[in-house]
Amino acid sequence: MPLTIGVPKEVRKNECRVATTPEAIGQLQKLGFEILVEAGAGIAAKYTDEAYTEAGATVVADTKQLWAESDIILKVRAPQQHPLLGIDEADLLKEGQTLVSFMAPAQNPDLLEKLAAKNINALAVEGIPRISRAQKMDCLSSMANIAGYRAIIEAAQQFGRFFTGQITAAGKIPPAKILVIGAGVAGLSAIGTAASMGAIVRAFDTRMEAKDQVESLGGEFLVLEFDDTEGSGEGGYAKTMSDEFIAAEMAMFAEQAKEVDIVITTALIPGRPAPELWTEEMVKSMKEGSVIVDLAAEMGGNCKLTEANEIVTKHGVTLIGYTDLPSRLPTQASQLYATNLRHLMSDMCPEKDGNLIIDFDDEVVRGATVVKDGKITWPPPAPKLTAAPKAEAVATPEPKEEEKSSATGSIIAAVVASAALLGMGAVAPADFMAHFTVFVLSCFIGYMVVWNVSASLHTPLMSVTNAISSIIIIGALFQISSSDSLLMYISAFAVFITMANIVGGFAVTRRMLAMFQK
Amino acid sequence: MLSQGVITAAYIGSSILFILALGGLSSQESSKRGNYYGMAGMLLALVATVFGVVTGNFWILAIAMIAGAVVGLILAAKVQMTQMPELVAILHSMVGLAAVLVGYATFLDHSHPLEGVEKTIHSIEIYLGILIGGLTFSGSVIAYLKLSAKIGGKPLMLPARHWLNLSLGIGAIVVGYLFVTQSAGGEGMTPLLIMTAIALVFGIHMVMAIGGADMPVVVSMLNSYSGWAAAATGFMLGNDLLIVVGALVGSSGAILSYIMCRAMNRKFFAVIAGGFGTPKATAGGASAEIEGDVTPIESNEVVNLLKDAKEVMIIPGYGMAVAQAQHSVRELVGKLRAEGINVRFGIHPVAGRMPGHMNVLLAEAKVPYDIVFEMDEINDDFPNVDVSIVIGANDIVNPAALDVPDSPIAGMPVLEPWNGETTIILKRSMATGYAGVQNPLFYKDNSRMLFGDAKDSINSLVKGLD
Repeated sequence: MPLTIGVPKEVRKNECRVATTPEAIGQLQKLGFEILVEAGAGIAAKYTDEAYTEAGATVVADTKQLWAESDIILKVRAPQQHPLLGIDEADLLKEGQTLVSFMAPAQNPDLLEKLAAKNINALAVEGIPRISRAQKMDCLSSMANIAGYRAIIEAAQQFGRFFTGQITAAGKIPPAKILVIGAGVAGLSAIGTAASMGAIVRAFDTRMEAKDQVESLGGEFLVLEFDDTEGSGEGGYAKTMSDEFIAAEMAMFAEQAKEVDIVITTALIPGRPAPELWTEEMVKSMKEGSVIVDLAAEMGGNCKLTEANEIVTKHGVTLIGYTDLPSRLPTQASQLYATNLRHLMSDMCPEKDGNLIIDFDDEVVRGATVVKDGKITWPPPAPKLTAAPKAEAVATPEPKEEEKSSATGSIIAAVVASAALLGMGAVAPADFMAHFTVFVLSCFIGYMVVWNVSASLHTPLMSVTNAISSIIIIGALFQISSSDSLLMYISAFAVFITMANIVGGFAVTRRMLAMFQK
Repeated sequence: MLSQGVITAAYIGSSILFILALGGLSSQESSKRGNYYGMAGMLLALVATVFGVVTGNFWILAIAMIAGAVVGLILAAKVQMTQMPELVAILHSMVGLAAVLVGYATFLDHSHPLEGVEKTIHSIEIYLGILIGGLTFSGSVIAYLKLSAKIGGKPLMLPARHWLNLSLGIGAIVVGYLFVTQSAGGEGMTPLLIMTAIALVFGIHMVMAIGGADMPVVVSMLNSYSGWAAAATGFMLGNDLLIVVGALVGSSGAILSYIMCRAMNRKFFAVIAGGFGTPKATAGGASAEIEGDVTPIESNEVVNLLKDAKEVMIIPGYGMAVAQAQHSVRELVGKLRAEGINVRFGIHPVAGRMPGHMNVLLAEAKVPYDIVFEMDEINDDFPNVDVSIVIGANDIVNPAALDVPDSPIAGMPVLEPWNGETTIILKRSMATGYAGVQNPLFYKDNSRMLFGDAKDSINSLVKGLD
């Protein structure tokens, strides 16, 4: 019995995303699922009901009916109070249903308990571990990518100048200087976007391995003059740093604050309030009209002056605290989110029979599952890194003796060859030595000529050498006039096959060479 | 009847024309002219010999020549470009057989009696000519059978194969000594026949022991042997033209073998002794386990990737020849170039079953040769490539050759598509290549597998780009 996937309309204010797209529906159907989509679910993300119907989904107008008839609910936001129905979405869930959405399980213990009490299986997409295999399901990265892009767009909106430097008839315009703190997915996305708009981008991250990534996107990586610069924590996230490190970091930021026009902060450590990296002092030292986009606003902000979901101006600096940046690019965000969920579904439906298996041996599913069979299964055990740090290659370079011995070998070979030549010259008749001279010189000419042959013509080279090596036909011609009939027949046969070879070889070479064209 | 002087002059002329023929192959522009030089040289040599040497049996000669020419023309006209390796192998075998026949004919011809050292040298020349001719013949026949898949491509590993080769070699020397002593007294047919049998067995065994991926080496090696056979015949007949041509062809084949061996980082003798990777494959088993997952991709997703790409690199392998996909590839290239995408081909020297195999297939499909590049020319460009498409190739794009020191293919130069943005691998299944080595490329994060028959997959891409 294939399961039914239900995709309700998001009810949170200003939430424009939707959990599936017409494009993903085809793929979900291939897995054997049936799909119900609430009427108007994709409107804000520019996906019409007709597009969903065309892709093969059933559009359901009644919200309660959709929740009641689905076995799996795919959502963007965690369940909340439904403004039109006046009840909590969690109460629309029924026993045995599976819910997949963002849930922020660390911040929402009440929700988990409620779901557990109703015997719901719940997967929080934040829990999908950051391992190579799960990259295609990593919703956080997808959203962070969009957030980083949008952060630059929002900053550009508030910023009163060009990003790129220009020299115009009306004067010289300096390029904007942008500092990105934290080179995670969002940070890197912001760096790339800003750099492509022509700004000078600087970036800082506690993890030194981010340096190459920053530079590859056109940013400049700021390095602290500090010894203990190893900031990589478990599971690919940054960890909390030592006090001295932070002091050095803050000193550097204070320096930068005087120079840069736009600051994007993205520093977050999972499950903790955002660290304060941009102090009021730094804001004060910034130029009039500068912009700060704080991507950590939801968790308290990297700058304490930021107000979540608001744009405020303090000390002449505009602070953007939007927490719904992905939703401000709804079509893109929905498309990526839908693809992530579709990959998660195909991971959980290995038989492609429309059944969902919550397999705790699957690291990805284990990480995401927060409630199963009425029990809270969060937090999951720590993920193992599959991208294991490269163990220094133990292979010691082979001793170079081989080369030496081959060098002495070639000397020995040369000596032996000369001795053999001299020996042969001593006994062989003059006639033979004359032929031998021709032979050696011809080998040499062949060597010089063939090295110049273009590699793409190696096949024609072989067929043409084939044809000309049939010059052996001359040997047969010498014998064909023999009065001995056995000799004659042998020779005639040799003439026959060599002739076939000559004509065939030249003809096929000609055919091949005629094909080569510019 | 032409005088000896005129004949010799004609031979000098045709020697020069043959050298010019090989020289012409240095570039596509001059190659056609080179081929005509070769034909002219051959015509000159034939005319001079027929009118200068042949004194009778003209009818037999004419029939043999015309019949041979017709057979040759039919072969050349009918052969498919994917079958070129087979054709080349069968042509090699004919040269070998001709050398054997001419050797026997010369041995049976007693019209020019020789004495002393000259007789000994002449006997040795006959002996060597037949020996090389015999093993070229049987080796090429086996190569033909293997290439046309009439027998399995797996290397045949006799338990004591090195000892067998050694004893065959010693046997040939002993029998050769017997032959030289006996032929001084006008005898020697028996040892000559025994040696011919040894040569045939040796040729068969040598090629049987060589695996499919080593075929480019074998084909070029047999090419070389056919030249040496001609040179030996030249010594036997005291004919300088044969010696010159034999030496040219012999060294040409030897260089090709060397280039192929270098392209696989293999020692020539290791290839001849047989067994690609077999001794090490078991020892390297630990490295066969690869962490990670392969990511399949659908053809419509590939189409989107291609549409967004600026630089596309196509890496064809033997699988493209098997699937006869070259024409579809050409269509794909046309579509992509029409969209303003820069498409190039990266060719590994040993891609396919003989040197230059891929170039000929692409030329057949009318892919312009100025977008087809050698591995050395384009390997450093991969960081700028947005999408690489690997068509039916495996070992030649295996990163293990560079970073797994105990891999059977360690040290072999390979194309490095993983340095690019995305690599699409067209493959029928997850089977290993001829070297039997797992390919970590398939497990890389920026690799995507497009499973299915290469031709069908390419066709669906072409359709998607419409």
